[in-house]
Amino acid sequence: MFPTPIQKYSIPVNILYRVALIVTLFIWLMPLIAVMLTSIRTYDDILAGNYWGWPKDIAAIENYSAIFEDGRMARYFLNSMIITLPTVFGTLLLSSMAGFSLAMHRFKLNILLFCMFIAGNFVPFQILMIPVRGLTVDLGIYNTYYGLIIFHIAFQTGFCTFFLRNFIKELPFELIEAARADGATEWMIYRKIILPLIVPALAALGVLEFTFIWNDYFWALILSQGDGVKPVTVGLDNMRGQWVANYNLISAGSVIAALPPVIMFFLMQRHFINGLTFGAVKG
Amino acid sequence: MTFWERNQLKLAPFLFLSPAVGLFLLFVIYPIADSIWVSFHEWSGVNRYAVDDEGNLKNFKWVGLDNYIYLFTNDDEFYVSVFNNIKWFFFSLIAIPFGILLALFLNQQILGIRWVKSFFYFPFVINAVVIGIVFTWFYNPKYGSLTYLLGFFGMEPFPILSDENYATYGIIVASLFPGIAYTMIIYITGLTAVSKDMIEAGRIDGASGFTMFWNIILPQLRPATLIAVVVTIVGALRSFDLIAVMTGGGPWGSTNVLAYKMYEDSLFNFRMGYGASTAVILFILMDIYIAWFLYRLFKRESTEK
Repeated sequence: MFPTPIQKYSIPVNILYRVALIVTLFIWLMPLIAVMLTSIRTYDDILAGNYWGWPKDIAAIENYSAIFEDGRMARYFLNSMIITLPTVFGTLLLSSMAGFSLAMHRFKLNILLFCMFIAGNFVPFQILMIPVRGLTVDLGIYNTYYGLIIFHIAFQTGFCTFFLRNFIKELPFELIEAARADGATEWMIYRKIILPLIVPALAALGVLEFTFIWNDYFWALILSQGDGVKPVTVGLDNMRGQWVANYNLISAGSVIAALPPVIMFFLMQRHFINGLTFGAVKG
Repeated sequence: MTFWERNQLKLAPFLFLSPAVGLFLLFVIYPIADSIWVSFHEWSGVNRYAVDDEGNLKNFKWVGLDNYIYLFTNDDEFYVSVFNNIKWFFFSLIAIPFGILLALFLNQQILGIRWVKSFFYFPFVINAVVIGIVFTWFYNPKYGSLTYLLGFFGMEPFPILSDENYATYGIIVASLFPGIAYTMIIYITGLTAVSKDMIEAGRIDGASGFTMFWNIILPQLRPATLIAVVVTIVGALRSFDLIAVMTGGGPWGSTNVLAYKMYEDSLFNFRMGYGASTAVILFILMDIYIAWFLYRLFKRESTEK
């Protein structure tokens, strides 16, 4: 192991290391701790200039209920859910099918299609912006959940297909050949053999995609208008204008907007890291 | 044997791939081509296909290379944006050494380290709007904690985000918060795969500390570095969210980057063709970078074999 395991050092060094760890962690998370503390501050506290200290009075319930009072924040939050969950499901479905085919079938365009999916990951969003906006208008899905969901699925399929194709390629091909010899159809092979085997990869991609889509800001800005379908990222940005100097409310809103990916991350941490570091070990 | 049974191996790829490929062609590949086409036109964004009495497109006028010529010869903001993109490109790479340092710092097996690590990963899953809000406060000259910090060192506080010379750096620093978290995750995983035998062999040969890291550890982290560099650079060239949240391109356009300028030109100044030409430039820059990077990678790998 590198660096040398701390256990091989003296006790003072060990204690020092643990203290350093906690201090570094505290400094690292300070911006986020500040937001959490401010989200339970009273407005008077903020007026008095207490921005970074411990809150004088705890106003957690007041603040958090205040941000949900006019219903807009709840709407944004719900919108994010309505957009994110089907997108994750749709992306995994399409890309697992595509990945299966690219990994296990031999046909002429195979490599070309695979390269297309990889290259799609390096495209700046801005070159898609005007035509995608136009397309959603033409298809009648501009400013609807469908517009955002369908676009996200289309774009994210690139990354996920790349990921899953490589994952499926590592599976033993004999499995498939044996199933084919037994007369299994390609759909049965996909459904009964491949899908169960790629569950870990799907879990990894699932949490990763959930985070990406939940945190999307640009496409929500481009493909939605008004409060109807706007997700919580853009919503929070708008509320910031309305709450002006009510930093306690802005903070509470921020905590709410950040919460689902954070929960997801803690619940599925191992999968999350697996997805993110795919390829970081063996390139 | 039915038709399906005889031909399914030939038909299967088509059936399995068509939904994904179809959507991808429609929403990613076609738009790239269309953006390039739009960039040769003057268009305000309304009613693209409307025709006048003679059957010519009324709102969508061919102007050839005019948009590009104007961009390069008449638009100072374009150069400001390109220069800012270059700043983003280089300074976002700071995340890599910091990520390695933190990963080395955390690569110990003590009680509770798993939790400590997950708290370090935290900023990566938080959206840019929240990060932007937090850092805007941090920089606030009246009550931001940076003011206290500078005061502690006897320095005068100054409004970073409203200062033309510093605002971009302020935003880049904010982007390093999730950026470092990301590179750190990559390197922590990378470190678990470093060969124990080679470390032992190095120790026997008397290598330790920095020599060990530089000669034995770092070369083995190459796959991790590759991913970290590509993702960091692509992210830097794409930077948009933090700029939109923190400064909106201001003060006086000084924090503009190509991605943000394009958005503003198209949707607020109603110059779709012009915006598209900016997007095409960004696209080309990104492609050149990726091609150069892959070329170097393949060249190095082929010489090593």
